[in-house]
Amino acid sequence: MTEQARLIDIYVMGRHCRVPEGLTILTALEYSGYRVVRGCGCRAGFCGACATIYNFKNDPQLRYDLACQKAVEPEMCLVQVPFFPAQKATYSLEKLRANGDIIRALYPDIVKCFGCNTCTKTCPQELEVMWFMSDALRGDIGAVAEKSFDCVMCGLCAARCPQGLVPYNVALLARRLYGRYLAPESAHVDKRIAEIASGDYDAEIDALKKAPEEELRRKYAGRDMEPALEQQWE
Amino acid sequence: MYPAYLEENIHIVEDTRVRRLIEAVPRLDEAGKADLLRRYHPDYIATSMRKLQVGVNRGDSTPVELADLLEGSSRLDPDEIDPSKPDYNVDVVVIGCGGAGASAALLAHEGGARVLVTTKLRLGDANTVGAQAGTQAADRPEDSPAQHYLDTVGGGHFANIPELVEVLVKDAPSAIKWLERLGVNWDKAPDGAMHELSGGGTSRRRLHSARDYTGLEEMRVLRDELINNKIEYLEFAPAVELILDDKGQIAGAILLNLETEELIVVRARAVVLATGGIGRLHIQGFPTTNHYGATADGLVLAYRAGAGLIFIDTMQYHPTGAAYPLQILGQLVTEKVRTLGAQLVNGSGGQFVMPLEPRDVVASAIIRECRERQTGLRTPHGEIGVWLDSPMIDILRGEGTIARELPAMVRQFRRYNIDITREPILVYPTLHYQNGGIKIDTEGATGVPGLFAAGECTGGVHGRNRLIGNSTLDLFVFGRRAGAAAARYAREVKRGSPTLEHVRRWQQELAQAGIAGERPVSPRILPGYARRTHNHARLGI
Repeated sequence: MTEQARLIDIYVMGRHCRVPEGLTILTALEYSGYRVVRGCGCRAGFCGACATIYNFKNDPQLRYDLACQKAVEPEMCLVQVPFFPAQKATYSLEKLRANGDIIRALYPDIVKCFGCNTCTKTCPQELEVMWFMSDALRGDIGAVAEKSFDCVMCGLCAARCPQGLVPYNVALLARRLYGRYLAPESAHVDKRIAEIASGDYDAEIDALKKAPEEELRRKYAGRDMEPALEQQWE
Repeated sequence: MYPAYLEENIHIVEDTRVRRLIEAVPRLDEAGKADLLRRYHPDYIATSMRKLQVGVNRGDSTPVELADLLEGSSRLDPDEIDPSKPDYNVDVVVIGCGGAGASAALLAHEGGARVLVTTKLRLGDANTVGAQAGTQAADRPEDSPAQHYLDTVGGGHFANIPELVEVLVKDAPSAIKWLERLGVNWDKAPDGAMHELSGGGTSRRRLHSARDYTGLEEMRVLRDELINNKIEYLEFAPAVELILDDKGQIAGAILLNLETEELIVVRARAVVLATGGIGRLHIQGFPTTNHYGATADGLVLAYRAGAGLIFIDTMQYHPTGAAYPLQILGQLVTEKVRTLGAQLVNGSGGQFVMPLEPRDVVASAIIRECRERQTGLRTPHGEIGVWLDSPMIDILRGEGTIARELPAMVRQFRRYNIDITREPILVYPTLHYQNGGIKIDTEGATGVPGLFAAGECTGGVHGRNRLIGNSTLDLFVFGRRAGAAAARYAREVKRGSPTLEHVRRWQQELAQAGIAGERPVSPRILPGYARRTHNHARLGI
């Protein structure tokens, strides 16, 4: 396809390149001959390795995105942002308690947020970063966990925060606290673990392990299938 | 936004929705499945395979792209490097840091071992983060580990190694619990009941999810835990060879600093390979869902050191890779979309397969639809695909379900002005997973003493086709087991003196087979995506 596609002008670290329309920022870099080592991971928008900053030849306003997801546009000026070390509290989750003060205790700097909202404007996942940072300040662990859930930890919020805060690590702490201490207990999981430990399924599984293939095939074909929908549709 | 002619076709999809609400395509019987696979599944294209000429699996067939690397020459000259002068000296080195590597490292650390983790990209840049749909565990009263066993071996065409499947299904609920204790947020009801869904080939609702960011949520937590435990790690440092000792035991690994291009010698009593998948070899030219570093390095390293491989002739093509837009070609459209009720529909608005058959069956049915029956749709870029009718989800389960359950998918398509709550998704199979790999036992031990392996680089547990949600489960079950076993082994082993003699022997074996120099050097490490034109000669500086 690439040979027939319309060529557009882009600038890679200042160098003029012509690339076919329809590429992402990442594949446009590769088309231009760059072999990416840092700044490329899952290539599908999940790992956050390819955080990128760009602007346009005639528009100096900086914009932020993931290089593997953002389609390249005419006159784009591209640089790749290396993922750099950011402040991360180290802790033992087992020794923490899920009270609201714990986030402030481990990340005391969050009180310095002056609400410029740059983090929210920067987030390629379009999360309400500043709002969950103020939830963190208030100690509302559940709200931080909920609002930050789709965070890919690309680091752009921390890169741009004028106060040097690290929202993506603050949010991770909140989510871990929520999952460990605040999510309702799942009794059926504990019950099943105990049943397996006491050997309740050993005989049945042993029989399956030893069954001749013909018998396994018969059992497999004859399985009763639980409906996929929780409630039957009418 | 779809081009006008595809928008036109979407009207046909919309017009058939009422009919499809009550229409159920029957499940195929075993004979029907076997016939469909034989005629349309990419694994059955004989010309895409080659028999290996050297090594433990000599005579076994494997895709030519993998055969080239398994028969490849070492990147090292054994005379140029002294394995007895290590830069790091540890008990256990874990190679690869996706879900399996991180789990292994945590358990080896817990077992008292000095652990070094090394990874090709960053910690957690792995296929794990792209796993969306969920993790299987039979923990509801309506379900049982035996039922999970039966589903798994049926999906794997009864080729799975029984002992591995037993461990997989019995360890599953405790793996879920372990992750929750580490702070993973599972989708659940206010009373604590896990919100569980069906998947292709599962007879019970058994998939535990975290929205459609399940693998990302698992990986974020494990990576954080690794750092909190102050486990030492190296990023951008893939392994290029293993080190054995004069007793034939594992003795460490040689790593490459990807940026300085220096070699790093690691002395270790035990090695855990957790190098993941193969998608970036683009078997048969397929696009892939896999991450940038998925080049089967672990298979090459293990094979050269004398470990056996199993089921290396079977790859998994995920039925629903994006066929449009071009920017995300081949990227995963999670099976959770079908799990929630979306149907597969051809260009005439007809269903052609029960959407929750195992993956190899669904992929084959889509290929038949597009190649033989010509009922697929062609994109402006020449790709072909069928519709995955996502708006059915909200019709079946109520407005807002898609937004709540599939935020990653909604976000990904919204970038290209496609609203999957209102319009279907154009899909075609994409290379997703290697079903086989390094042969292991229930503790992750391979055929080489001291060499352990876990996760996608291993084979046996999934037979010839893996089920949805059994891959992430595999990572935690066998990652933990391999890590713990490696730490135990490291405590007891009597070390010999390290050597790269096996690399010399390997090169001789290649020469004897008459293929020395015929194959590329391996492991591959990264795919060569940078465009090179013939008139731009390159010089190293």
